[in-house]
Amino acid sequence: MLLDLTNPAHLLIAMGPDVLLMAGAMGLLLYSAWAPESAARQRSVGIGSMVLTVLTMVAVVWYMLRGDTVSVGPVATDTFRWVADIVILLATLGAIALSIDYNEREGIDAGESHVLVLFATSGMMTLAAARDLMIVFLGIEIMSVTVYVLAGMNRRSPRSAEAALKYFLLGAFATCFLLYGIALLYGATASTNLQVIASRLTEGGAGNPLLVIGVAMLLVGFAFKVAVVPFHMWAPDVYEGAPTPITAYMAAAVKAAGFVAFARIWKEALPDVVTTWHLALWWLAVITMVGGNLIALAQRNVKRLLAYSSIAHGGYLLVALVSGGAFASSALVFYLFAYTLATVGAFAIVGALAGRSDRYLEIDDFSGLWTERPWVATAMAVFMLALLGFPIFGGVGFFAKWYMIQAALQSPSPQPRLAIALVVTSVISAGYYLYVVMVMFMRPRSAERPAMATIMPATRWVIGVAAVLILAIGLYPAPVTRLARAAVQQPPVMPPSDTLLAGRGGSPILAAPAVAVPGPAAP
Amino acid sequence: MSSLLQSLGYNDWILPALLVIPLLGAAAIMAHGLAVRGTQDDPRRSDGPRRIAFWTLLLEFVVSLGLWWSYDPSRTGFQAVIDWPWIPLWGVNFSLGVDGIAVMMILLTTFLMPLSVLGGWTGVRTRVHWYHALMLILTTGMLGVFMARDLFLFYVMWELMLVPMYFIIGIWGGERRIYASLKFFIYTMAGSLLMLVAIIYIGVNAADPLTGVPNFSYETALAWHGILPDKAVMWLFLAFFAAFAVKVPMFPFHTWLPDAHTEAPTAGSVILAGIMLKMGTFGFIRFALPLFPEAAMHPTVRAVILTLAVIGIIYGALVAMVQPDFKRLVAYSSVSHLGFVMLGVFALTVESMQGAVMVMINHGISTGALFFLVGMIYERKHSRMIEAFGGIARVVPMFAALLTLVALSSIAVPGTNGFIGEFLVLAGSFRTAPVLTLVATTGVIFAAAYLLWAIQRILFNPLDKPENLHLTDLNRRELAIMAPLVAAIIWLGVYPAPVLRRMESSARAVVELVNERGVAVQPSGVGMR
Repeated sequence: MLLDLTNPAHLLIAMGPDVLLMAGAMGLLLYSAWAPESAARQRSVGIGSMVLTVLTMVAVVWYMLRGDTVSVGPVATDTFRWVADIVILLATLGAIALSIDYNEREGIDAGESHVLVLFATSGMMTLAAARDLMIVFLGIEIMSVTVYVLAGMNRRSPRSAEAALKYFLLGAFATCFLLYGIALLYGATASTNLQVIASRLTEGGAGNPLLVIGVAMLLVGFAFKVAVVPFHMWAPDVYEGAPTPITAYMAAAVKAAGFVAFARIWKEALPDVVTTWHLALWWLAVITMVGGNLIALAQRNVKRLLAYSSIAHGGYLLVALVSGGAFASSALVFYLFAYTLATVGAFAIVGALAGRSDRYLEIDDFSGLWTERPWVATAMAVFMLALLGFPIFGGVGFFAKWYMIQAALQSPSPQPRLAIALVVTSVISAGYYLYVVMVMFMRPRSAERPAMATIMPATRWVIGVAAVLILAIGLYPAPVTRLARAAVQQPPVMPPSDTLLAGRGGSPILAAPAVAVPGPAAP
Repeated sequence: MSSLLQSLGYNDWILPALLVIPLLGAAAIMAHGLAVRGTQDDPRRSDGPRRIAFWTLLLEFVVSLGLWWSYDPSRTGFQAVIDWPWIPLWGVNFSLGVDGIAVMMILLTTFLMPLSVLGGWTGVRTRVHWYHALMLILTTGMLGVFMARDLFLFYVMWELMLVPMYFIIGIWGGERRIYASLKFFIYTMAGSLLMLVAIIYIGVNAADPLTGVPNFSYETALAWHGILPDKAVMWLFLAFFAAFAVKVPMFPFHTWLPDAHTEAPTAGSVILAGIMLKMGTFGFIRFALPLFPEAAMHPTVRAVILTLAVIGIIYGALVAMVQPDFKRLVAYSSVSHLGFVMLGVFALTVESMQGAVMVMINHGISTGALFFLVGMIYERKHSRMIEAFGGIARVVPMFAALLTLVALSSIAVPGTNGFIGEFLVLAGSFRTAPVLTLVATTGVIFAAAYLLWAIQRILFNPLDKPENLHLTDLNRRELAIMAPLVAAIIWLGVYPAPVLRRMESSARAVVELVNERGVAVQPSGVGMR
């Protein structure tokens, strides 16, 4: 149905799954505060959080099937949003399952940690929906503030505290950039709504210095949030210090949400200035791919290795933004989906094998894993090959890379050189992904290493489901490609007339600029 | 025979069946592994996976034999065609088909695979289940490369082979196995990823203009010839060239080969040399030449490739001559033989093309047999150094006789299979590149030099090492491996006509297509003539 976002009831409908998640999270927070902290309470809150996540996912799928269209307003209801929500919720599900085991192992009885993950997720879903820079900021803050806390969740670990502080300081710094960029953009266009900004820019004023500085600030802010080289310095330290389940969550979900919001702003608000920024973004993508992969080659700590690998993947994701075109958004969410599965799976194994207080985290600690735990080693090999983008054995990871190259070559201005940079850096990445595989399969297990910890049940499920999904979708990706193809941003329906808006008292966002917003009407 | 096959609908199911049978075998092996969990490396248990793998691959061979009769050499184009949708939105189909050249390659593969399992019967003692499951998956990948009629599917199959071979070398290989396997993987992958970009470029450019759905079908890519600007064609050719030249391997991209072949376990070396090297030359014949004839016929490109091929022939032979390690010697001889194949392919006459395919088959059989023999003697002596032996012909007469015969066929003595292929290549190439062919001919002489010298030192010098007095001669299993290979060597040496007849029309079609299109675009393009 057509939702008129100036009507609060319709706005509530448009935010349905987000409201469900938030309300449920509040309920769980009360539930966990109701009784003294205990391991059992922690576990039941965790399971409740997972159930809530699944319910939210069901709601998202239902909304996707409804296929609502909206008028110009603060949120979108296109398939791009719903598919991004599914990716984010998948990462959430994995992170909570891993957290249940992690908390139990480390003796953390605070059930609130799961609720905090849910709050962060609701912030991310807000980001995926946002069509107004203020909503974008709101989403980023809900997400970031909770993730700062989560990074320091393990109070007894000094590394965790260090990670949280570092993340907080640099994150706040990035947020300043973002907010200042939004302010300057408002100064240049007198609006925070993406469609209105776009229409203002079409009328002229693309060379306005306020706008130029604003877009630059926005770019820097997002580059910090998604850890793009050279704004990536915080990521390895934070990823290393944070509890492993939270690292998985940051690497997968935070990155996904940042990219989704960035893609929407870039495509909906700034189509007229994109050409100006094309070269800058192009170089950011190349530097990120090259830098992330090269530095990863030198890492001997697994979590740092995966951190740099996730930075490199940020570069691959930027390829979609650079190439633009019809497939870019689809390629972006498809890549995020594949990347989420592989990343959560890999961190699940790392966390499980690390043992109490994350002791064994050098890559060489994995030596001979295959002789001890053949299936765990096989699953890790699948995740590594998926991140490498290898067909069949890396399953869906290959299709993700394929889709990304296709998006680069099929865009209105084809980017063959970017595609070549992508594959050449992929070859570099083989150097460290295969090193992990080599250590697990080809090195003998030395006698002085202690026996490996048993893997707890929830973690085992996460590993198994991720590996099976990667392989199964790798053999028959057709349904997922259909979903990804549908996941493009859909422009909002034009307001029928100004009088209609005036009759309702007008929305603060729409009433100020009384311009008709151009844009093809959605069917 | 062909009417019987027709009544079975053989051509409708054979190709997918050949891909599925090994996978079922692999699943059966892993199920067996779970059933005997905990005692997998018990010698009494580990015969199970060997048996399953051997019988699966023997079944595969028997089933594939039908292609010999069901393939109709009088028709050009693909036969036994399968077209199933796979990823419709991306224009990717599961399309299979064979031409005369592919049939020969498939039969070579299914012929060598059961022998390889026999060859590793006692050499592989740890993690036997995983080893054999990987061998079977590898079989599917290799067969898929020869069958694929869709560029996407071709790429997937091309990469599918890489991982099992990486593990086979890296886990069950020799001392420097880790280095060798990583080098093998990175080299091959670097080449093929560039091909990936080229494949996507082709598919995207051949996209349906209305829906924007790309098209990766091989036939479409062929028909679409002439639409791209020359510059793009040259880059695309180079991208395919990178993938195939590494795989062949052509000089100077060959440095992974001696390491990988030497460090791999016996079966791995046989498969690498016997089948996987042929993927590169097959790729040139199937893809690089017909899709980009202008680039391939460009006088400079052709001169460079032909020269590199001849350098490979001479260089491989000379380096082989000074190797102290017999396995490494055989590995370098592959560089030399594959040089002949490249010469024949890029000389672009019907004879040289047929000769090139013959050399591909013969090299698979002869070099495969040499690697088997090296493996057999290694299991007895635990050394591959030539100087560790000497005069052992008196101790192991059967081994000596077989090694001599196989070496002669590798040298290409008339009456053995090797002669037919190299003679056809040289005779055909002389018409288009006389000078280079003359130089290449000396490669045959060098081959005689390095192999005969090595054989003299291993078999016929004085028996001066007392520990060699007690070597045992080949047992029944080893004779069972060698018998079919020797039979093939003699049969192809004496009566190769049935093989040549089956691939003639396909070779002719490729040569004519490339000559026609390459000349049409570049009137002065046949610079070698």
